[in-house]
Amino acid sequence: MTAIPTAATHDHGPAEAGVHSSLDALEAESIHILREVVAEFDRPAMLFSGGKDSVVMLHLAAKAFWPGRIPFPVLHVDTGHNFPEVLDFRDRTVERLGIRLVVAGVQDYIDDGRLLERADGTRNPLQTLPLLDAIAANKFDAVFGGGRRDEDKARAKERILSLRDEFGQWDPRNQRPELWNLYNGRHTAGQHVRAFPISNWTELDIWRYIERENIELPPIYYAHERDVFRRDGMWMAVGEFSAPAPTEPVERRSVRYRTVGDMSCTGAVLSDAGTVADVVAEVAVSTLTERGATRADDRISEAAMEDRKKDGYF
Amino acid sequence: MTSPSTVTPQAPAAGQVPTIDPGSLFRFATAGSVDDGKSTLVGRLLHDAKAILADQLEAVGRTSAERGFGGGTGRLDLALLTDGLRAEREQGITIDVAYRYFATDRRSFILADCPGHVQYTKNTVTGASTADAVVLLVDARHGVVEQTRRHLAVVSLLRVPHVVIAVNKIDLVDYDQEVFDRVTADATDVATRLGIEDVHVVPVSALEGDNVVETSERTPWYTGRPLLRVLEELPTVDESGRGTARPFRLPVQYVIRPQGGTAPGLDADALRDYRGYAGQIASGTVAVGDEVVVLPAGRRTTVTGIDVAGTAPVPGAPLPGEQLTEAAAPLSVTLRLADDIDIARGDLVASADAELPEPTRDLVASVAWLGERPLQPRARVLVKHGAATVQAMVQDLEGRLDLEELVLRDAGTLELNDIGRVRLRLASPLPVDPYDRLRRTGAFLLVDPATGNTLGAGLVRDA
Repeated sequence: MTAIPTAATHDHGPAEAGVHSSLDALEAESIHILREVVAEFDRPAMLFSGGKDSVVMLHLAAKAFWPGRIPFPVLHVDTGHNFPEVLDFRDRTVERLGIRLVVAGVQDYIDDGRLLERADGTRNPLQTLPLLDAIAANKFDAVFGGGRRDEDKARAKERILSLRDEFGQWDPRNQRPELWNLYNGRHTAGQHVRAFPISNWTELDIWRYIERENIELPPIYYAHERDVFRRDGMWMAVGEFSAPAPTEPVERRSVRYRTVGDMSCTGAVLSDAGTVADVVAEVAVSTLTERGATRADDRISEAAMEDRKKDGYF
Repeated sequence: MTSPSTVTPQAPAAGQVPTIDPGSLFRFATAGSVDDGKSTLVGRLLHDAKAILADQLEAVGRTSAERGFGGGTGRLDLALLTDGLRAEREQGITIDVAYRYFATDRRSFILADCPGHVQYTKNTVTGASTADAVVLLVDARHGVVEQTRRHLAVVSLLRVPHVVIAVNKIDLVDYDQEVFDRVTADATDVATRLGIEDVHVVPVSALEGDNVVETSERTPWYTGRPLLRVLEELPTVDESGRGTARPFRLPVQYVIRPQGGTAPGLDADALRDYRGYAGQIASGTVAVGDEVVVLPAGRRTTVTGIDVAGTAPVPGAPLPGEQLTEAAAPLSVTLRLADDIDIARGDLVASADAELPEPTRDLVASVAWLGERPLQPRARVLVKHGAATVQAMVQDLEGRLDLEELVLRDAGTLELNDIGRVRLRLASPLPVDPYDRLRRTGAFLLVDPATGNTLGAGLVRDA
C-alpha cells in the first residue's frame, strides 16, 4: 500500500453522481486536456504571467499530475513593464512548485534593436516575437495558454488545440474540426500547437474556483489604495511606465485590477472588494467585460485580438 | 411580454444580482441554413438573457449605426454580437463555430454557434458532438429545406439527446398558426424517420424577440414555453448513468509515476512505488474494491484507490491528497490497481461485472466525412479512439446516406459533408462500445497519416 498524505476521504459517488456542479465539470474537462497534451507531446510548456487565468491553469496542472510534480516548465513573456507584485508572485510560485521558469524579455529585444518601442508605449503587441523565438529555441511543441473563449470575439472561435505554423500564425478559416473530447494534436516539424485548457471558463467561473480552491493570487487583484489618474476612461497607476500628463490629475483611490498585463496599458477599476468573496460578488454584477474595462490594446478596433492572434500572439 | 421591436442597449440593472452558483452545465449547439437568422437569434438570446455587457452593446450600437442598420432608428444588428472574425462581419456570414457562455438562475450554458453554409457542415458536426441539445432554425417562409434534413441527419447520427426546432421569422408570415403547424408537421416527420425521439418546436422571431426569452402575445395559439425556458428544463445527459446502469469506462491517458519529482509537501521515498492511472471517467461509476478489466489485454484486477488532489487549507499551501471511495463521470481521477500489470496510455479500464467492450480489429461505423478529398475504399487512415491511436484501412464503403429519401445507397466515394457507412480493418485491436449505447467510447476520429488533418467523425455501430 502506498502512503499518501490525505486530508479526507470523500464520496463523489452515485449519491452525488449527475449532480456535479458546473465547476466540477469544467475542472474535469481542463484536467483531461492537460493530460492529453502532456501525454502526446514531447516538449510542452505553459505560459505563465502571474495573471489569474494562468494561475488557475497552473493549479489545474498541479491537480492533473498530483502526486507527481508538474512535468513541464513555464514560460513568461516579460514586457519589461510588469507590476513588481506580480513578478514577485511569479517567482515565489515556480519555486514553491519546483518547476523551471523560462523568461523571454521584450526589453532585451528593444535594447538590441530587434523590436522598436511603439509610439503609444504599449508593449502587448511586441510580445509575439520573443514568444515565438522562445518556442523555437526551447523546441517547445505544445504551449498551454490561459485564453478563454468568453474574453473576446476572436477567441470565441479558437479551438482547444490550435495548430500554428513556424510563424506562429493562426488561420481561423482553416481550423481542424474538434469532435467530442478527442483532440488531434498531430503536427509536422516546425509546427507547434497552442492548447487552451480553460477555453470554456468564464471570468466568474475563474473567480468562483479561486474561492473554492483557496488559490493564491498577486495582491493587486484585491482592493488597495493607489495613486491613479484617468486616461481614456480607465484608471491608470502612476508608475515608472505610466506617467500622467500635466492635464491628468493624480488621485488616491481604492482600486483593484481585473486583468494583469503590461502596466502601460492595463487599467484598474475602482473597487472596495478586498476578499475573494467580495470579488465574486462584484464580478457577478459587473456591466463591463474585463477587457473592455481594463485593456487599452483591445479598444483599438473590433479585430484587434484577431489581428494579433493571426500574427502568433497568445 | 414581448420585447419591444426597437432594442435599446440594456445591461443588467444595478442591484439585480445574477446567480453566483448556476448549478449544472448545459451544452447546446445552434444550426440552420444561411440567412435563417441564426446569428440574430443567438444575439437575441444573449441580449434578452442579459448576458451582454454594456461595452459589447456599445460596440454593436456603433457598428449598427455606421452601417445604417434599421435606418437610423437606433436598432441593433444583434448578429454583430456573434460574428467574431473580420471576414464574417464584412460578408455578413458566420464561418466558424463560436462559443458563447451565459447563465440563468437555472443553469450555466455553453452555446456552440455553428455556421449554416453547406460547406461548413463540418462545424455543425463539431458543435453537435458535445451537445446536450441542438437548436435548429427553420425559416418560416421556406419551411424544411435540404439543410434542415442534413442537420437533422447529423443530430440523429451523433445521438444528440434533444432537438429544439425554432421556426424563425414568424413575424414575416404574420404570426400565422397554419404556417407553423405545417413546418412542425414536416420537421417532425423527418425527425421521426431519422429516429430522433425528443423534438420540441417553438415559433420565434429573433428580430422581434417573440418567444425567445419571453412568451409572445402575438402567438396566442402557441401554448408551449419560450426557447430559453425549454433549454432550461431539458434534462442533461447523465454520463454517470444514475438509474440507468451505465457501465464504468476510463480510458487511461497518462501513468503517474512520481520518481521524476513529487508535488510540494510530499515525501518522494514514500511514493517510490506509486503508480496511478490517470483519466477522465467516460461513463458510469467506480468504487474502491470494484473488480475491473484492463482492455484490450483483458487482465482482471481490483481498484485499490481513487486519488485526486484536494483543496489547499490556506492559499499557497501544498495540495493534500483526497482518497475517494467512489467517483462518477465526468470526473478526472487517478486509479490505483491491486496487481502490478502492464498498463499504458491507450488502455481502457472497464467494470468487470457489466457488458464488456469487445476488443476488435474490424469496425463497422457510420462516418461523417469532413475531408476536402473524398474517402476512397482501400484508403489508409489513423483511428483515434479514447487515448489510443491505431493504423487502419478502409476495407469497404457500404453506402452513402441519401438525404432526400433518408436511405443508404451504394456509393463509390464519400465527399466532404457526406454521411456514410464504412468497414475498417485495424492494425491492432481497440475496445469499443456501440456509439448508440455509450457516446464516449463509441466515438473515434479518422486522421490523415500524411497531413495529420482530421478527416472524419466515426461512430461505432452494433456489429
